[in-house]
Parts: sequence; C-alpha cells; structure tokens
Amino acid sequence: MRIAIIDESTTRASIIEDGLAQLADSEIFILTERQGLISRLEAFAPDVVLIDLGNPSRDVLEEYFAVSRVLARPIAMFVDESDDEAIAASIDAGVSAYVVDGLSAHRIRPLLDLAIKRFNAFARLQADLAAAEGKLAERETIDRAKRILMDSKKLSEPEAYAELRRKAMSSNRRIAEIAEAVVTAHDLLGDGT
Amino acid sequence: MTEQLTIGFLPLADACLPILAHEHGFAEEEGLALSFQRDVSWATVLDRLLYGHTDTAHLIAPLAIAATLGRGRPAQPLAVPFVLGLNGNGVTMSTALAGRIARSGTFEDPRRLGAALASEAAERKRAGAKLRFGVVHRYSSHNYMLRYWLAACGIRPDEDVEIVTVAPPFVADAYANGEIDGACVGEPWNSLAVERDVARIVLATAQIWRRGVEKVLAVRRPVLDARRPAFEALIRAMRRAGRHFVDPENWDANARILARPEYVGGDPALIRRAISDRLVLQSGGEAVHFPDFMFQYSEAANFPWASQALWLYTQMIRWDRSPFSAEEAAAAAAVFRPDVYRSAMYDTGDPLPGASSKVEGSVAQLTSVGTQQGIITLSPNTFFDGDSFDPEKMEEYLARLL
Repeated sequence: MRIAIIDESTTRASIIEDGLAQLADSEIFILTERQGLISRLEAFAPDVVLIDLGNPSRDVLEEYFAVSRVLARPIAMFVDESDDEAIAASIDAGVSAYVVDGLSAHRIRPLLDLAIKRFNAFARLQADLAAAEGKLAERETIDRAKRILMDSKKLSEPEAYAELRRKAMSSNRRIAEIAEAVVTAHDLLGDGT
Repeated sequence: MTEQLTIGFLPLADACLPILAHEHGFAEEEGLALSFQRDVSWATVLDRLLYGHTDTAHLIAPLAIAATLGRGRPAQPLAVPFVLGLNGNGVTMSTALAGRIARSGTFEDPRRLGAALASEAAERKRAGAKLRFGVVHRYSSHNYMLRYWLAACGIRPDEDVEIVTVAPPFVADAYANGEIDGACVGEPWNSLAVERDVARIVLATAQIWRRGVEKVLAVRRPVLDARRPAFEALIRAMRRAGRHFVDPENWDANARILARPEYVGGDPALIRRAISDRLVLQSGGEAVHFPDFMFQYSEAANFPWASQALWLYTQMIRWDRSPFSAEEAAAAAAVFRPDVYRSAMYDTGDPLPGASSKVEGSVAQLTSVGTQQGIITLSPNTFFDGDSFDPEKMEEYLARLL
C-alpha cells in the first residue's frame, strides 16, 4: 500500500510515519512543501493520502481528486459511508483520509486507527510542550519580579519571594499573576532599564 | 438561559457579521454565547460542520448546495437561513497581463476588458501556454462569477483558459511565483496582492452581477430543526451587526476588530478598503470608490431568496456538465430557507419581502417590491450582459447559456 502523508509540520509527519511503519507492505511518502505538491503526489501515485485538517492545501488537493476521478486511479474522498464512525474519529483527531476507489475497508481501518492514534499523541505532546513552555515563562517572570523587589525595596531574595507569595495569598491570585503585575508596573512606571 | 453556538469561518472580510455580532454584544443581547473556529480551507470548514465540531459556518453558497446534493462526497442536507452578503470579491490580473489589456486607475468596463482578454487568451492558447486563473473552490461563487464573465465574452473557461484552485491567503504568493495570470477571490486577499505589487484589481464581481449571492450561513438541517430559536436569535443579532457594519462611523473600529489574528488577521488598513467600498486598484494608486462593493445589509440583503439558490444550481449544471433534474433543482432551492429568516425577523420592523423568489437580474432601475412588513426599494441587480434569470424557466435559461 502506498501512503502519502501531507503535513507542513515535519515533526508531526515523522511521528505519523513512525507509527505507520508497523504496517506490513507499506511504502510511505511525506510531503511537507506546498509548492509542487500535486505533481509530486501524482508521481508517487498513492493508494491513501493523509492530510491534516489545518493544511491550507486541502481545497487544492480535493480539486485534484475531483478532476482525477476520470483518470485511471480514482481517489474517493472518504473510506465509504458505512465507515462514518471512523471518519468522525479521524476528523476529531485532526486528520482527513482519501483513499483509492476499491481499496477494501479491512485494509484501511488499521491504517486509519494508527494515524488517529499518532495524531492524538502529537496533540498531547504539543499540549505538554505548551504547558512546559508556559511554566518556564512563568519562572522567568517570577525571577524578574523578585529582582525588581530586591532592587527597589532592598530585600533579600527569600524576602522578595515571601512578599510575592503574601500578596498572592491575600488577593487570592497565583504568584505568577502577581509577578506579572509587578513586571508590567515596573515596565510602565520604571526607567525601563 | 444562554445558548452556545460555535461558528466556523475562513479568514475573509465577509465573515464580518457573526464576528461583529459577538464583539459588539448583539449576540449576547439575544441570549447567545458565540465562539469561533478559524480554518484555512473550505474542506475543513465543511468537515467540522458535518461532524459537529461547529454548529454553523460561514460558507461559500454553492458548496452548501453541493453538499446537500452529494456532489463530491456523501449527501448531507444543509440549510441556509441567512445570506452573509452579496458580492465583495474582486477579479485581479497579474501586473504583466493587466499592463497589456487594462487601463490604469479605474475599474474596467467588463465587456471591453473581456474582449481584450479573449484575444490575449487565444494568443496564449496558440503558444501552448493557456492563461491560468485561480479561484478559491470549484463550488464557489467566485468560480461561477468568473466563468459567467469569461463565457459571455466568448472565452470558454474549460477550453480557452485554465482555472485552478488557490487558497485565498496564497493568491499573492501564486502571482509572485508566476503560477497564475488572474484570480477571483474575496477581500482582503486582492488588496494584499495589490500591496505586494504582483497584481492589479480590474473588476469587482458586482460588475458581473450587480447583486450576486456570496457567502451564506450554513447549518445542518437537523441541527437547525433542533435549535431553531437559537438560530433565529443569531439571525437577529447578525442583522444588527449589519446595520453597525455599514455605518461609516464604525469602519475604523470594525476594521481593527476583523484584523485581529483570531479573526481575519493582517493590516486593518487593508480590511478597511473592502468594508468602506474604497479599493486601491494598483500598488501606489489612489483608493477608488465602488458603491456596494460589499453589500451586507440594505434592501434585505441577507434574505435567502430561493431564486438565488436556483441560479447557483444552474451554474452547477452548466460547469459540472451534469444533466438538469427538476428533483435536484427542488432540493437545491430548499437549501435556502426564507421561512426561517421571516420567522426570525417577524415583528421587528425590519423590512421583509413578500415573495420568496424573484427574477434575478431583472431590476434595471429603482423598484419597490411587495413586502410583508416595511418598505424595500430594490436598486438595479443586472447581469453585465443584460440577461436575466427567471427561476420558472430554468431549462430555457440553461439552453441559452450552454
């Protein structure tokens, strides 16, 4: 089975490729560039095309399939109507699948299931990464706020932190929010150095 | 109780009404909490609508009909209780092509430009490199408007030129890479191509059909049936947003809102051009006022006329080269739901047409029409070639076109 993965995120594309590599008798082709997409896809002649929902080339791709329906290797938009649940699951995961007409459902299902799993795994990874980046940014803000307090109020580092914590507790807010307010106020009112 | 509605959209100026209904609190006053799902392809907007990620969507009108008729994918009945606007698109040409056949500084005369384009197209075809035009989707009003104009000027869209699909945000790139010679797309993407000095705006689609139906609010029919009061509230909120949108007082503020990255994104000055009907046609040029470039409010512009759906159906038959079917035509007409619009606006004092269908393109001067409430005076809605579309005589019309 020849599987094309169209994804502008190279990381996600390789995560999916990695997942699909478990499938027997499969050849996988990854396209990450918008330019020349259709001609490269045509040259690969895929049985299955996977594309993420956020890809701006989807309408271009569907137009190509609509035109190619009269050609030798017609590609159906979807698996088939009876597989609506699988389609719904793939849309939820953020991936759309196009399949050559006549490819049987029992060959497509495992492929689609794997793709969905990989897409979901990537989404979780992104969420974790975003949370980690958020935490890191918060830590930096708190450090800056501490330095501002240490300089302006001549406090030690533990005292500056205690000050932030006290204010957070009394105003029922998170320390990071208080730190953010301190930094913003300093940027607005301070000499900016 | 507040009702939640999630609305899918593509970053285009004509997604304005639901966005402004939310931003200015009109939706909230109607008991609605709106959230938005921004996407970059119509395929994804449609998928999310069909699989329930969104409750309703900003959609190209012919795609709502195509989805209902099952063209290109399994049929799913959609309903259109509200037209988001008429026209608002432009035809652009690469600076090279425009330099040869367009005058400078004005919107062109569609007949004269069409004649000049016809000889240019013939020459390019003889040279083995047909002129290539970009549209946003096979089932878009852009495609149908462009083809209508080309065909009426003696240019066969599928033989004499090539028409390809280009995603609106990448039209300027497509020009820069020499992939297209012309395009028909919505704002602010024409203006962006002008700003980058890769193309010139030569026509407004309003010059092809003065009152051409453009984006619609689409919803799955079972969802509309199940949540009818919420959709009627949304219709009222969007009518109020429309009144706000057309008031020059609000142009700056609305352009700034639409320019936010979660909505259309980009430069508010570019978005303001479309919403003020004042387009800069070529890089460094002066803005040119084209009244009703976008038409989102007056003359009951949002009323979904069954005759608009039927005109789109005739174009689908024409360009898909499929046989006319009275049954399909009835299904296409039933996508547009004037009954829902009427029941939403009944007793609000907002003007309501008395009929649900009209002869499109037949109004050549100001004409009062029969109403159920209020007064509506329709201004000209002509097609540029002088033809008109009588929904009672569809087969005659098709025979004339083909």
